[in-house]
Amino acid sequence: MTTIPKFDQVKVGDELKPLVLPPVSRHQLALYCGGSGDHNPIHVDLDFAKKFGFKDVFAHGMLSMAFLGRLVTSYAPNDKVRKLGTRFTSITWVGDVITVSGKVTGKREENGEKLIDLEVKCTNQNGQDTLQGNATVAAA
Amino acid sequence: MELDKKLIGHTFKPFTTTVEAGKIRLFCKAIGEEDAIYSDESAAKAAGYRGITAPLTFLRALQADDPNKGGLLRLLKVDIGLILHGEQHFEYFAPVVVGDKVTCQEKVVDIYDKKGGALWFVVQEMEMKDQTGKLVAKGKGVTVVRNPDAAKK
Repeated sequence: MTTIPKFDQVKVGDELKPLVLPPVSRHQLALYCGGSGDHNPIHVDLDFAKKFGFKDVFAHGMLSMAFLGRLVTSYAPNDKVRKLGTRFTSITWVGDVITVSGKVTGKREENGEKLIDLEVKCTNQNGQDTLQGNATVAAA
Repeated sequence: MELDKKLIGHTFKPFTTTVEAGKIRLFCKAIGEEDAIYSDESAAKAAGYRGITAPLTFLRALQADDPNKGGLLRLLKVDIGLILHGEQHFEYFAPVVVGDKVTCQEKVVDIYDKKGGALWFVVQEMEMKDQTGKLVAKGKGVTVVRNPDAAKK
């Protein structure tokens, strides 16, 4: 169970424990297609992907955003997360090995709540960012 | 291809969907999430939640329960093979748990192009309320549409 971060102990620049994921597989994309309700064939049907000019199927952006969610909820409990957002900056292909990392970028109080701002991102095996995101969590 | 900017402001028909444990279980399997609050009611309650909890980005899966799914693409007359997800943002006001009946309301807030019309961007906002009418989350998504005509030039 994730514990609530303690505001006084958190420092700007603190790094979250990164999440190194197994290579993205076609099986995972099939599971995510069903599990997310995003049935766009471009992520699971190679013939369809090629017809639209792609070399292969590629991961749903939201699959990678779910990885950001996993990282953030490993740092603060689900019910303490106030915001999670991202830009999808490059495509994640089958076989890519994604590392999810994050760091504290700010501490502030808003409406009587102690908040921690995080920068979170997904990076592939070539060091290229695939997602560049931000999150805000409430602290104790 | 040119998208109709008159669609800015278009509001989609709201719909209500029930948060289901089985769907969350499959979603967690797909994303590799193993925290028991997403699968075990007693573990979730022990952690202070009302019930089995929805992972943060599961909200997008709730959006996909829209009986008129694909409405945006039909409205824009865009083939699904041409779209990419540009951005996604959520604001959370309260956790969503299994059994909640969530009402989603989406609207188009902006449409613009870049690179001389080679790429189009459609910005949508979404509000989610629970069965008591309380706002539980807001979402904002940017859909990128690749213009098939741009490559031919």
